[in-house]
Formats: sequence, structure tokens, C-alpha cells
Amino acid sequence: MKIADKNTSAYSLVSDALEKAEKYKDYNIFISLDKEGALQKAKIIDEKIKNKEKVGRLAGVPFAIKDNFLSPAGNTTAASKILEPLKSPITATSVKKLEDEGAIVIGRTNLDSFAHGSSTENSYFGPTLNAHDKTRVSGGSSGGSAVAVALDIVPFATGTDTGGSIRQPASFNGVYGFKPTYGTISRYGVVAMASSTDCIGFFAKNPEDIDLLMSITSGQDPKDMTTLPDYYNKDGRENAAVAGAASEPHDDAISESHNATSESLPTAGPHTIGIINDFDTDSLDSDIRAALDSQIDALQKAGHKIVRLDMPTLKYALAVYYIVVPAEIASNLSRHDGIRYGYRSKDARTLDEVYGKSRSEGFMPENKRRIMIGNFVLSSGFYDAYYLKAEQARTLIIKEYEKAFSKCDFILTPVSPNPAFKLGEKTSDPVAMYLEDVMSVPLNLAGLPGLAIPVAKNKDGLSIGLQLVGPRRSDKALLEFAKSIKKEGE
Amino acid sequence: MTKYEITVGIECHVQLATKTKLFSEVDNDARGKDPNTCVSPVDYALPGMLPRLNEQAIRLAIRAGRAMNAEINPYSRFDRKHYYYPDLPKGYQISQFYHPIIGAGHIDLPDGTSVRIEHAHMEEDAGKLNHYDTYSLVDLNRAGTPLIEIVSMPDIHSARQAHDYCKELWRAMTYAGVTIGDLYNGNMRFDVNISLALPGAKELGKRAEIKNLNSFRSVERAIEYEYERQSKLLDKGEPVRQETRGWNDATGKTTFQRSKEEAQDYRYMPEPDIPPIRLSQEFIDEELKNTPLLPKDYRGKFADVLPVDTLEVLLDYPELMRKLGELAGKDNIKRVANWFASVLLAEEKSYEMLSFLPKADYLEELAEMAEKQELSSTGAKEVFLKFFDPQMKGKDAHTIAKELNVLQENDTGALEAIVGQVISDPACAQAVADYKAGSEKVLGFLVGQVMKASRGKANPGTASQILKNKLT
Repeated sequence: MKIADKNTSAYSLVSDALEKAEKYKDYNIFISLDKEGALQKAKIIDEKIKNKEKVGRLAGVPFAIKDNFLSPAGNTTAASKILEPLKSPITATSVKKLEDEGAIVIGRTNLDSFAHGSSTENSYFGPTLNAHDKTRVSGGSSGGSAVAVALDIVPFATGTDTGGSIRQPASFNGVYGFKPTYGTISRYGVVAMASSTDCIGFFAKNPEDIDLLMSITSGQDPKDMTTLPDYYNKDGRENAAVAGAASEPHDDAISESHNATSESLPTAGPHTIGIINDFDTDSLDSDIRAALDSQIDALQKAGHKIVRLDMPTLKYALAVYYIVVPAEIASNLSRHDGIRYGYRSKDARTLDEVYGKSRSEGFMPENKRRIMIGNFVLSSGFYDAYYLKAEQARTLIIKEYEKAFSKCDFILTPVSPNPAFKLGEKTSDPVAMYLEDVMSVPLNLAGLPGLAIPVAKNKDGLSIGLQLVGPRRSDKALLEFAKSIKKEGE
Repeated sequence: MTKYEITVGIECHVQLATKTKLFSEVDNDARGKDPNTCVSPVDYALPGMLPRLNEQAIRLAIRAGRAMNAEINPYSRFDRKHYYYPDLPKGYQISQFYHPIIGAGHIDLPDGTSVRIEHAHMEEDAGKLNHYDTYSLVDLNRAGTPLIEIVSMPDIHSARQAHDYCKELWRAMTYAGVTIGDLYNGNMRFDVNISLALPGAKELGKRAEIKNLNSFRSVERAIEYEYERQSKLLDKGEPVRQETRGWNDATGKTTFQRSKEEAQDYRYMPEPDIPPIRLSQEFIDEELKNTPLLPKDYRGKFADVLPVDTLEVLLDYPELMRKLGELAGKDNIKRVANWFASVLLAEEKSYEMLSFLPKADYLEELAEMAEKQELSSTGAKEVFLKFFDPQMKGKDAHTIAKELNVLQENDTGALEAIVGQVISDPACAQAVADYKAGSEKVLGFLVGQVMKASRGKANPGTASQILKNKLT
């Protein structure tokens, strides 16, 4: 990642980025650009460099934020009509940490409204197009951020990953995309989708950059009680013993694994890599299978060991996900009632109409679908049958991963069963769309870190990505391993 | 003669006296502040905001648990309770539905009965709506104020007992320092469930719930009214419907608000933004130790010093009890307690008077002066009342006594001079002669004369002694 110094200026880095953003306008990557603000900040950085003042580790680096990160610059729309007017008085912890290191936000990227979707087609502002094929989807929900990095507009962009929303668009557009261990980066100031699975993460062109971004943004935040004590910038092993003492996610099984000392934290290679047999099905695209096989060969050649894993519980992950996540969505979206901020229907006359019409007009169809499912599974008489049962199954999935990581250091899987699909191909069939998440959602349920690695292109020039998964809090080791894979491949 | 047996259960919301709100860092005390001036982005539910649990609220909940003789659950958790109302910014209230922090307990009443507590849980208060002609405005100052909701078992069987339970609960919570306990400002609010059944009936009758009562008296009156209303229905053979009713203090009546069928489905779910609370025994013990003396402690402490009725009057004034607790020596406590009790029973606006209490040293000093007879009992009472006089505030007993000129003359030299004057006064010659002749009863007259000559400051006992010495 190029940082402003004597040879280049923050101003030129930022204005280049803004020019490219303009050039690729037809991809519909940005919901809003902050040209003036970004250039102003660049001038200040350049002034500091000129005066030999201390500048941060990301001095003058332009970046993009998914439009569900709050900051006073621009409106935080979450790609929705209901939040289109929202101006935030506060800045998300993660964005603030990046800005404190001198990075400069140039704009806000497109997403599926409230991050509900796998294609960025559910955006109130229209879909973002795939970086390699404009007739195809960018993936989602963080489609805009993925394409912004893929087209070299910015060296990195933020994303959120609740069920694959970073890894899948990274894979669809041929960039690295990282979802850290749940609780590693503060969620404060990011529009919530599902609190127990939401993770803040990044898109970048290489694992080295992601490593730097992680060391800057990770760590405990008093404003987010679910953040873990800082482990990323310390030796993983040493820190594992004290981690989890202060905070745990709500799920008791996750809590326990939070507290457990991670004996299986991988050290320097060679590593044992697990391959999940259960993901090798007929619905897996043949090019993706081939890419996985060739990566397995490469790893073995580099001296790593491969083990095959049976993880039968993972077949319930998607069902569990589409109960737990809509429940949390329905709850988290309750605050959008047209009373205090955001969109309020013009012709609402009574209180019920303020709620009903504002929400009917302000939410996208997919938002409404999830609100309906969520409220259904939480309703009295169904809670035990759906929500509680799903949470129990979630515990089994967590345990299945724990068992798997007793046999291997990392797990390698495809990110999704298929490469980027055509625009409109799955919009009329929500279940087909949900099935695209089958390999990404289990990590979110278990709170595990996962890195999408671009490995190949198919005959149509579409990107193929693989997903490297590690135990909880193995993020640093996982990125180090990704760096070594990249070197071995070069 | 009452035909039906009444059964009452009470849910009480107590606002905790924390410095900041339950989940945000803004001031929890909005008294006298403009609407929406104690509101953070967390409180008005800006997207992306997350609750940050206030440790002081947990500490006060532990104290509350002790004050209601309850177990503190080492594991508890928050849940979301969903409903839509403009004073509820998130669209859900963060409460504890599945795992409350306080387990079963009980409150003992002065009449010897006991009311069991089912459990008590923590939750956040909602804001409030101010209604105008054609519109309403939302004030979120109160949104996010920490509450504990105390749920009683249906152990209460009269309006009076309900009154006493609420009062005892109020005492327990204020003495424990859990709440400011200002009922007028809604620091404690009572929801009362009332059902009637024939004595010996196996099942309780259908109940009506009266929400949001904020005084002991309104609890009592509402129950009395409900007893009449429900028994009339039952007498006529009409069913009592399960419903929520509101209380109108002015009319003294309850009115229908909504039926059970309209009850909402709150769609409870575990609060994913707040990790479960795991309290160590050390943490719990530390806070139990920090709990100030409770009403029961004072009852024990003063049992053999003060009569029960005096004690029960004084118990309504937590600050006062604390003050009495600071005094050393049984006699002093008794003396000061009696002054307070007589003031509380006699003076109008005594409550306001007691908003400022004299220093314990000053009370001690006054008690000792009375003990040593440096003041007459009326003089002492006079000084005591002046403690509350704005112009005398902060002055010690001796200074006030001096200013009031009520110090008794114990200086025997000065007194002997006065006695000398009285004896040689021609107006007293007859009395002196009578006394010398053996008439003891004229001594009272002579003491009176000494008192008069000293303008009331002479100690009558000393005066009498000097007189006796001089005349024999």
C-alpha cells in the first residue's frame, strides 16, 4: 500500500483515487464521495510531512468505507431509503482508528440494503457491477468495497461480514477479503445487522496490507462489550490464556470457547490443512473444485500436510443462520420507526401510520422478508421450536469446528459453490440466493476468522477464491500463513 | 364483614440512584433539566450504537437483593423485550426475562406478616410523552435510567397490607441507597394485580392490573375501589375480566385501559450486545458489605431504646435514622429521637423541615446540655426547633441557646446572689418566715421567685438547694 511521503503526496494519492472513482462510475461502486473533505485532509497530511511532523502508518492512504459505517462525513444510508437522510454525529471506532493513522476516506460504497444479500442487488441505489464482467453481480453484501479495491480505486476498503459479506464479494472480484474472529474489531458505529455474527473486516490486494489494517483496528473497545481483549498485536499463545476474561458473546457455547485457552493455535509451518469432505457436492462448480485441488497440490508440494474432515453438522448451518440472523435483524431494525431520524412517510396521519408507512416505504423487500422471518421465529409459541433450537444447533457447529481444529491448524474451503452469477439471475429466488452462503455462514455462527484468497480465474475470466479458516483468535497466524502461501505461489 | 377474599400481587419499578444511565455515560438525574438534554446517541438509538453496562447499577442491584433478603444470582443475562412506542427508541427494552439478577426473597412487614418476592430483574426505563392539543412530544431524558422490577408473590390480602408492603419496600430500597426514593418524581412505581375469590376457593379469581401507581395511599385506595368494583360484579354473577386499568387519583376510581386479548407478544430474545454477567462471590460480598444499615437493622439497634410507635414514625425518614445512628449513648438517642418524633407529629411541613438535618455533633451537644440540665426541657425543644430555622442553620446548640437566652443559671455564686435578693425582698418576708416556721410548701413559691428574678435561666433544683441551705 502506497503511503504518502517525500516522493509522493497525499494529495496526489487521494486525487488519483477520486479520479478513478469517477472513471468507473458506471460500476455504481460509491453511494457518495467526499471529494472536498478527502482533498482537504490530504493537504493537512502533506503539510505535516513537509513540516516533518509525525504522521501515522497510513498517512495519505485513500480508502473507502462500506456505507454502513458511521461518520459525520456524508450520510450513512446503509443503502436504504429509510436511512438515506441520516447524518451521524459520531465516527465508528474502526474508521476513527484508521483516520488516526492518517488514512483518508474518499467515499461510501454500495451494499445490499442493511447488508441483507449476497449480490448488492438489494441496494436502494441499484446494484454494483462485477469488476471483471459488467453483466454479473459484484457479490455482497459488501459489493461496492470489493469492486473499489479490485479496480484499484483504493488500496483497501472496509466491509462487514455477517454471513460471508466480505469473503464472497472478495472472491467474486479477485481480491483478498478478511473476516476476523468475532469481537476482534469494535462494532461501535457500524449499522448492526445481526449482533452475534457481525464482524468488521477488510478488502485489500495482499495479506500484508490486511495484517497492517488488523494491527491498527483490532483491540478491546469500551464502547463494544463484545470486543475481545487485544490479542492480535501480542503473541497469540501467551495472550490466549487471558483472553476472554472481560467479554464474551451471548452464546454460552461461544463464551466457553472464548474462555478456553487455544492450545491448537498454529505456530510456524509446516501446517496441517483440513479439507471438508461435506462441501464436495454436485452443486460445487467444477472450476472451483479444480482450483481447490490445485491449491491442495501446491500446499503438499510446499511441505504442508492435508487431512480430510467429515463435518456433518455443517449442513445445518444455513438453516441455523437463517433463523438466528433474521431474529437479530428484526430486533435491530426495530429502531427505524420514523420518529427520531431517517425517513418518515409524508402521508402518515396516526402513530401506527408513522410506523407502518415509514417502514413499508423505507425498507427494501429483502429487509422486510427478514424482518417477517425474524419476528415469526421469536414470537411466543415458536421461540422454543425455532430460535432456541437454532441456538442449540449453533453450539453443535461450534463444537464440530473445535473437534476439526484438534486435527488440523487451518481449514481450506471454497468461499461459495459458484463464481459470480448474472445480474437478476437469483433475485426472484431468495432461497437460491441464500444457498450461495452455504460455505461462508458456518464461520460466522462459530465466530471464526476466515480469509478469502484469490487463486484463479475461470475460462470466462471470472475470479475464483478460496477460504482459509482458523480457530478463534488465530487471525495473526492465519494471515502469516496466507503470506507464505502467496510467496510459495509466486 | 367481607364476603370475598382478596389476593394482591405487586410489581414495583425502582429507579436506581446511579450517576449515569444503565447503558450510556450521560447524567441519570434529569430533575429540573430541559427535555432531551440528558440523552446520548445510545439513548436515542442511533444505528450502530451499543449498550455499555453500568457497573454501579449492578452494585446497587446487589444491595437491593440484600434489602429484600434475596439471593444474588452469580449468572444473569439481559434480554430484549420488543414493542413499538415513541418513548422506546430502540423498539425494544433491554430487560432480564430468562435470567434475572435477583432471586427469591421476602419483605417482612411491621405487623409481623411477610410478603415473598418471586424475583427482581434489571431493566432500562423508557422516556416519556408530553401530550398537547394535536400533537405529542417525546422526552428521552428518562430513557435508559436503570430500574429494578421487584415482583411479589400473591401474598397480600388487604389494601392496608399492600400499603404497608409498598412502604416497607420503599424503606428498604431507600435505606439501602438503591434509589433516591422520590415517589412524587416516579422513582418508585407500583403495578398492582387484584383478584377476588370466595374464601376456600381452589383457584384465584380473574385479576385486574392497575398500572403506574406512585404513592402508598393510591395503592391502598385503588385496591379498596377494585374490591368494591369486583365484588359488585361477582355479586351480580357477572365475570371479572382480565384487564389493565388506570387509576385516577382525583376521582378515586379505576378505569378500563386494555384487555388481555390486546396483550402484546414481546418476542423476547437474549440481548446479543451484552455478554452474560458473571459475578464472583468476592464482588457480591464486597457490595453486601457496602450496603448501609437497613430498616430491620435499625429496628434491632433501637429496639430497647425507643418505643415501637416512635421508631416506626422515624423510619419513614432514612436520613434521620442515619443521623440517630450516629449518636452515641442510649439516653441521647432517646432524647433526640423524641424531639424528632414530636416535631414530625406536630409541625406542619415537617418533611420539608427535615430536608436539612443538623450535625450529629450538635444534636449530641444539645442532648448533653439537656442531660446536664443546662437547659430546661422547653429550652432544649426551643433550641432544637431553631436548628431548622434558616437563619440559625449551621449554628451549634450552645450558640443558639445563648442567642435565645435559655441557658440555665448553674453558676452557684450568681445564683446565691439572686437567692439572697429574693430572701431579703420584703415581698417574700412572709414566705421566708413561714418556711422557717416549718412550712415546706412555700419553698415552691420561693423557687418561683428565684426563677423570675433570673428570668428563667436559674436551674430550679439548684435554686431550691441554695434556698434550703440559706434558710436553715
